[in-house]
Amino acid sequence: MTSIALFRKDLASELRTRYAINSLLMFIIVTISVILFSIGNEKISDYLSGGLFWVVVFFTAMSGLARAFVSEEERGTSLLLQLIASPATVFSGKLIFNLVLVFSMNVVIANLYTALFDAFVIKNLLLFSTAFLFGSIGIAISSTVIAAIIAKAGSKGTLYPVLSFPILLPLILILIELTKMSMDGTAFEEGYIEVAVLICYDVIMISASYLLFDFIWKD
Amino acid sequence: MISYTLNVDSITKTFGRRLIFKNVSLNCEQPGIWGIAGPNGSGKSTFVKCLCGIISPSSGKITHTLNGREIESEELHNHIGFVSPYLVLYDEFTAEENLKFFAEIRGVKYNQAKIDYLLNEFLLFDRKKDFVKAYSSGMKQRLKFLFALMHSPALVILDEPISNLDNSGKEKVYKIIGEEAKKSIIIIASNDDSDLALCSSVLELTNYKSEQF
Repeated sequence: MTSIALFRKDLASELRTRYAINSLLMFIIVTISVILFSIGNEKISDYLSGGLFWVVVFFTAMSGLARAFVSEEERGTSLLLQLIASPATVFSGKLIFNLVLVFSMNVVIANLYTALFDAFVIKNLLLFSTAFLFGSIGIAISSTVIAAIIAKAGSKGTLYPVLSFPILLPLILILIELTKMSMDGTAFEEGYIEVAVLICYDVIMISASYLLFDFIWKD
Repeated sequence: MISYTLNVDSITKTFGRRLIFKNVSLNCEQPGIWGIAGPNGSGKSTFVKCLCGIISPSSGKITHTLNGREIESEELHNHIGFVSPYLVLYDEFTAEENLKFFAEIRGVKYNQAKIDYLLNEFLLFDRKKDFVKAYSSGMKQRLKFLFALMHSPALVILDEPISNLDNSGKEKVYKIIGEEAKKSIIIIASNDDSDLALCSSVLELTNYKSEQF
């Protein structure tokens, strides 16, 4: 319950400052516009549009999700959080906030993408939805723990994508593969192994995050 | 009647090769006021951060016990109140919203009667619905006392408690410290003589810097 309270505090703060929401929305619009302008009248392959979808998701996540911890560190309020909540509560609260942000962001990207790219046609919606669900969870978990690490560092802006890339690469690769299968109309049963790998990634990331967070959070 | 004890057993803190203090011990077993003194840079803030569990000592042990049972580090925050110049409250919320969020995140009841009493004592009652960003530095310092005392902690740690306060603010703080000292352990880290005059016992940190690496 205390982590829900922390989530409510972060949500109220975000709705007042709109720092992450604005930067995420601007990034989504700019990135999709750049892709549209660079394609012009050319036809792109279905697979390429599926790959580009996750590229947009990855970079959008990099542009806004670090705020969960970076804003606390920059404003000097992390000490306050250390004094009112246990590390597990802090991580859970921030994770819930990033989950909500990632899902909202991915829903906006998916809708814009479907409306603007003719080549982006999903034939197996169940498989894509599964990939979308567990992929979003994976991105939220990884982004949250990486944000906690880089919040203590000096050059936060550059460090975040650099540190995220090797951690999120396996996730993005499996998501691109599952999106390709969804676009081909492959049966759900044939994508079991990829879905299992995706779930395993999420489980490993969340376990490692909770184990490591104590050491990351305290000086 | 709760029984809270704080036992600091020979703690040493170093940052890299720099020794901050060495073999400091302190034992607080009943309500009262203890002082931590020393000039700027002597390690007072580091010491009180160690007491709160925000940073760990390099060696030695700090034990907090409540009614004979050792408090786990995950629960420690609910028993400690902390005031410090480097503590920052959320600017985008009002004073009242800040306090409500703190109570919810701590998982304790929002004690309206106690908070109204403290708001009145610290002359913030009429400004409780104002955003903290509109507060002066003295008002922010007074609000930190509400943050520290609202959950009736058994251990109150005050690092430079009167910084940014005017004379009436200082008087209020000393009055509240006196009231709290009847039921809680108060630790004041300061180099101000008027703060240290409240303490029954003062630990001089410069005496614990004997060894340079």
